[in-house]
Amino acid sequence: MNHRMIYFTTGSVLITEAALLLLPLLVSIIYRETCAWAFLITIGITLAVGGLICLTMRPKDRTLFSKEGLVIVALAWIAVSFFGALPFVISREIPVFIDAFFETVSGFTTTGATILDNVEIMSHGLLFWRSFTHWIGGMGVLVFVMAVTVRVPERSIHILRAEMPGPIVDKLVPRARTTAMILYIIYIAMTALEVIFLLAGGMPFFDSLVHSFGTAGTGGFGIRNGSITSYSPYLQWVIAVFMFLFGINFNLYYLMLLRKFSSALRSTELWVYIGIMLGATGLICYNIFSLCSGFAEALRLSFFQASSIMTTTGYTTANISLWPTLSKAVLLTLMLIGGCAGSTAGGFKVSRVVILFKSLVGRLRRVLHPRTVTVVKMEGKRIDDDTLSGVHSYLALCTLSTVLVFLLLCLEKDSVFTIETNLSAAITCFNNIGPLFSPTLSSFSAYSGFSKFVLSVAMLLGRLEIYPLLLTCLPSTWLKK
Amino acid sequence: MKVIIVGCGKIGATLTARMAKEEHDVIVIDNDPAVLKEITERHDVIGFCGNATSYDSLTEAGVAGCDLFIAVTGSDEFNMLSCFVARKIGAKHTVARVRNSEYNNDGFHYMMEQLELSMSVNPELMMAQAIFNILKLPSVAKVETFSDRRQELVEVVLRQGSPLDGMTLSDIRKKFPGKYLVAVIRHGEEVHIPSGHSVLHGGDHIALISATPDMHRILKMLGLVQKQVRDVMVLGASTTSYYLARLLIGAGNSVKIIEKNPERCEEVCERLSGATVIQGDCMHQDLLAEEGLDKMDAVVALTGRDEENILISFYAMSQGVGKVVSKVNQDELGALSEKLGLDSILSPKVIISDVLAQYARALENSEGSKVETLYSLMNGAAEALEFNVLSDFPFANIPLRDLTLTGGTLLAAITRGSACIIPGGDDVILPGDRVVIVAAGISVYDLEDIFRRK
Repeated sequence: MNHRMIYFTTGSVLITEAALLLLPLLVSIIYRETCAWAFLITIGITLAVGGLICLTMRPKDRTLFSKEGLVIVALAWIAVSFFGALPFVISREIPVFIDAFFETVSGFTTTGATILDNVEIMSHGLLFWRSFTHWIGGMGVLVFVMAVTVRVPERSIHILRAEMPGPIVDKLVPRARTTAMILYIIYIAMTALEVIFLLAGGMPFFDSLVHSFGTAGTGGFGIRNGSITSYSPYLQWVIAVFMFLFGINFNLYYLMLLRKFSSALRSTELWVYIGIMLGATGLICYNIFSLCSGFAEALRLSFFQASSIMTTTGYTTANISLWPTLSKAVLLTLMLIGGCAGSTAGGFKVSRVVILFKSLVGRLRRVLHPRTVTVVKMEGKRIDDDTLSGVHSYLALCTLSTVLVFLLLCLEKDSVFTIETNLSAAITCFNNIGPLFSPTLSSFSAYSGFSKFVLSVAMLLGRLEIYPLLLTCLPSTWLKK
Repeated sequence: MKVIIVGCGKIGATLTARMAKEEHDVIVIDNDPAVLKEITERHDVIGFCGNATSYDSLTEAGVAGCDLFIAVTGSDEFNMLSCFVARKIGAKHTVARVRNSEYNNDGFHYMMEQLELSMSVNPELMMAQAIFNILKLPSVAKVETFSDRRQELVEVVLRQGSPLDGMTLSDIRKKFPGKYLVAVIRHGEEVHIPSGHSVLHGGDHIALISATPDMHRILKMLGLVQKQVRDVMVLGASTTSYYLARLLIGAGNSVKIIEKNPERCEEVCERLSGATVIQGDCMHQDLLAEEGLDKMDAVVALTGRDEENILISFYAMSQGVGKVVSKVNQDELGALSEKLGLDSILSPKVIISDVLAQYARALENSEGSKVETLYSLMNGAAEALEFNVLSDFPFANIPLRDLTLTGGTLLAAITRGSACIIPGGDDVILPGDRVVIVAAGISVYDLEDIFRRK
């Protein structure tokens, strides 16, 4: 294992984080807030630690294998979350470290789960940073580092693979660095477009920036206690549509930029995604019609919620807890599916569901006709057995992790932590969605420090698709033999 | 530059690695997904699975916008057809690997013209030429020529107990004055650009640059030269052996070829006049001794198997043969046997990659970058680059002692008209000159980038 390369890359990620922290620093200076000091101190610490690691760990050999890629991603994410939590603690706005860590992990993993019962008292700088972590985490911290560093290691595809979610990760262009740059350019352009649309609807500049970050990363941190509820219907529509757009595979946007519309529209995943989204919207719309003042409102609420939950963003425009059971069940199903692979959304991913479904059909046919030869195909190409078994084992790992997190949460003694609450907490964190579907709790603040830690791990597991974190924790990864 | 490589065999894989390292945008086409998977994990390239002679596959792979299309599968006809289709779709330059000697005759020009091929590469022929170059200067592991063959750069292995062992470069210069320069030193795995204080050790590889006519004399003066090669024994009658024997006989050497397969022996015998062809197993030491291996000036091991070549080479060295050249295809085996003491190890795939990387650089040069030619030294750890000095060169006419160079680089030679200058502090660079820069550990794209005023 190439230890130096692992630490060096982690160090350079920290230096990048220090640079990114300059933005919230600027915001807090503009608003003349005292939390500017917290950012300054954090930048100093992060830069010092990152710089020290980079200086002492200059790698002689820059070779990476998939093992190193996975470990780098896990360590880098833990490190950025740790240092990203410092401004909250130093400014005393979230005085307990585990709370701040939970909040930052929730930010970077684009979950949007919060321990804050009242976000409106937070300073602008910290609110900005909280949402900005969504934006960085959405496309990936290391993808960003790769896009801005001059010399990327030759086999950086392993880092890209470990960080980008989905069953098959491919580069858009031959070079990994150019791929990272193209992804970020599309990402920045779409975010900017959303800011413009929100500004046009009369949303203040700060609010539109923060909400665009939250949408782009499919995160879900807001700056009002009622999430998006208090904004106008137009703004809600804009956010709903952009959430939907950010849940689509970015490769398709690249194909469209190249004017290859026909091959972009050939994507099975896209159509299944749209189909599920429309079906869910229809069902919920029908189900909540009696609660709304008219069809327009029912459609808006149902589409917004379907889009928000399926892309694992987690913004809300209504109190879902009051909705009928069918709507809640539909939303729960959407939670488990998630967005498209190669998007900023989390969850199990539509493409995995499609592959799973197709292989299931093949299985059934084999039961009827034992000698049938079946091949799972997607978009005209054969899915090889390796990918197929990868999807199967990922499903097993997902189920296992969710159950484990759920069991650990049930260690809580207080009676407000009902089974429903704990299960929803485990699912919402593991799939990086955010809102808690609970009749008793409105935020995660009531959970104990241990549970918050478990949930933070769950969020990281879900965002990085389990393997990086799991392998980093295995002793055999680190032992020489 | 966008480069498309067809075929992921031995040559294709080495070429892909080289092109990716040179920071080209590489797309590899092959019909075996398993091979593609492996290569895309190892290098920063994209794999495309499909038939590289089909119009649809090539269009989908993005041939239309590519600058260089290289087909290096095992089949000549496939390569030519693939290049032809690619050219019709819009590839700017096409290169095909064509190895069958029946194609490599005068009529081939007509074919190249009609297929609009920019270049054809023949691994066996290139290999034979490289070996021939080495045999001309037997103490030398590798020879590169610059500036229309006016300058030569040679890689020499310093023997244990050589008079230079333990001396610093400035001492050597005092003791043996002359127009030459030690440009790169490789000590074990460590490669660096030397200064006057650098010390040479036995076993080091050094790169020496000088004007071509002086080279032999300088090597002799430094005690690096060995006896001129006359009698050569070639083991194995491969296509490379045939080309090599033809070159050697043309230069007046006597050649003895040993080959196990009787039919192959007759075939070579029929096509080569002047060579002695012996039928027998070259792994039998009796046979080699009988044919006078110990009295040969050079032995070239060109059988189809790396292991055989390595073993025969060690045997030949133990018998006191002055120069032993071996063909080793596997990189790992090559590196290992080099460590154990073999000095001239060549493989066709590395030679082809060198040539095509140079070609790609030259193409890029015509579209912006400034490197004229590029040679890799010390197994790719260092590079020698040739530049044309343009009229707007900002450091022209300044004595070199007033200039500093970026670390890891060295100004190795200047060619002005037909004169070769090994640069010292008083020399200047003038527009119109051709200069050779040696760089280790850094990439140089422009001559201006590496100079700075003191």
